[in-house]
Amino acid sequence: MDLLDLTIKELHDGFKKKQFTSVQVTKAYLEQIKKTDGKIGAYLAITEKLALEQAEAADKIISSGKDFSLLCGVPCSIKDAILVEGEKATAGSKILENYVAPYDATVIVRLKKQGAVILGKNNLDEFAMGVSTENSAYKVTKNPHDLTRVAGGSSGGSAAAVAAKEAAYSIGSDTGGSIRLPASFCGVVGLNPTYGAVSRYGLISMASSLDQIGPMAKTVEDARIIFEAISGKDPFDATSVDYKLEAKSYKLEGLRIGVPKEYFAKGIDPKVEKIIKDAIKKAKDAGAKIIPISLPMTQYAIACYYIIVPSEVSSNLARFDGIKYGHSNQSGNNLLDVYLKSRGEGFGREPKRRILIGTYALSSGYYDAYYKKAQEVKKLIGQDFVKAFKKVDVIFSPVSPIPAFKIGEKKDDPLAMYLMDVYTCPVKLAGVPALSLPAGKIGDLPVGLQIIGNHFEESKILSIAAEMEKLF
Amino acid sequence: MITKEEVQHIAKLARLELSEKEIENMQKDLSAILDYFRLLEKANTRIYADNNADLRGNEKRGKKNELRGDEAVGKPASLANNLVQAAPDKKDGYVKVKAIL
Repeated sequence: MDLLDLTIKELHDGFKKKQFTSVQVTKAYLEQIKKTDGKIGAYLAITEKLALEQAEAADKIISSGKDFSLLCGVPCSIKDAILVEGEKATAGSKILENYVAPYDATVIVRLKKQGAVILGKNNLDEFAMGVSTENSAYKVTKNPHDLTRVAGGSSGGSAAAVAAKEAAYSIGSDTGGSIRLPASFCGVVGLNPTYGAVSRYGLISMASSLDQIGPMAKTVEDARIIFEAISGKDPFDATSVDYKLEAKSYKLEGLRIGVPKEYFAKGIDPKVEKIIKDAIKKAKDAGAKIIPISLPMTQYAIACYYIIVPSEVSSNLARFDGIKYGHSNQSGNNLLDVYLKSRGEGFGREPKRRILIGTYALSSGYYDAYYKKAQEVKKLIGQDFVKAFKKVDVIFSPVSPIPAFKIGEKKDDPLAMYLMDVYTCPVKLAGVPALSLPAGKIGDLPVGLQIIGNHFEESKILSIAAEMEKLF
Repeated sequence: MITKEEVQHIAKLARLELSEKEIENMQKDLSAILDYFRLLEKANTRIYADNNADLRGNEKRGKKNELRGDEAVGKPASLANNLVQAAPDKKDGYVKVKAIL
């Protein structure tokens, strides 16, 4: 038995039966990280001391003979945009190179309460801005299935860690596709929850009207367990809501699955298309009804998204001023110089690009043409989904038009990078949940099936994903 | 094409110091991206322009955002210290800034 292959429930049962301890499992993962992460680059920091302390504490709880939670003693990793008290949180940026988190994010508080073990912090595109993890100021995370290719982004370190068995699961964040895209590229399960299902308190903000935290895991069952642990109302995030995952399970038989024609238009790799079409066929054979639908506003989604996000970025990243925390250049004569130099030195190219676009879009005379227009289009995109979910239970689509691309291939073409979000960002603009499920491979490269549900229907998505998982 | 002066103006608004090379790169990048945004002109959003609909939030989720009560929340005293310690320049438990006037 390889400890690194076990799911959360299998680990839980093993702990219960005293087949192994959390310390043993934690050490096995730390060993694996040391052995393989030099090549992959999934981690920015390994929190070995914390992990071993937490594992010992978990073992005490386990050996006490009382009931213990499913996540107790299970080692995980955390995207480095999420605060873990006393550990560095860089968000992949030089401007936070020496920043130590002063408190725990709410998701971390919840995981710790369950007895989780935190192995380390995962690489990401700087401030979660990117689709390949090439925008990290520290290193490029490689795809464990092909080291010459990207892991996807922005939660690329999290996806690669799970795929390379360097963590039993990971916590990522999704603003335009940042959980689902790397999950698809690395062949793991990634859930982007409904906006408001999980508190973002302690997540370094990128675009607050879209940011969500979610699980990245080996299996759908694991993703469900993690989601249950981290979701629900938090007084520190006003957008979070009271929410309990529905216990009901759903079957493929009789299920109405919508297939949006716009997601199979030009630009999709025929091999990706075939894998997704085969998955849809399998669902049909299992008794689901396949219903062609239209999401006509899809064509505007990227433009809409890349106005709203930079606008919110320009505001959210104003907090990095060289005064409160992070990199600071005090060489100038006045306060303005501190701002200009600290920010000029600290931010990488993509955050600068987005800060400028956002500042432009919000500046006097341009607001109506850009930001207001984008908010209106966002509503139209939301309406597309409202209409669709009157006719169907879930929507099946690809996560990405292509599998993992070569490192460096798109590095100097921001627009080509932005277009990678074509199937993932409309979901965000509608605020609905969606999951990426490994559905097949092109050679060595995994391809994810996207399962989209209506608001707060994570239970339906997870049920159906678990059914589909058995068919692949 | 967006001009060099425009980039400089926006960068100043955004409190961002850019090198000559960066300004040149941003001219190119921003022009391409802003051109792409023109696609939205085709989207018919008159329905919102006409009835002045509320464009904020995600009320379609069927749940409302709730603000917490306006009351002090207990936090350990060490948190204040942690926050001040994060500042690059500090003195006697305060964050220090350069003179403004």
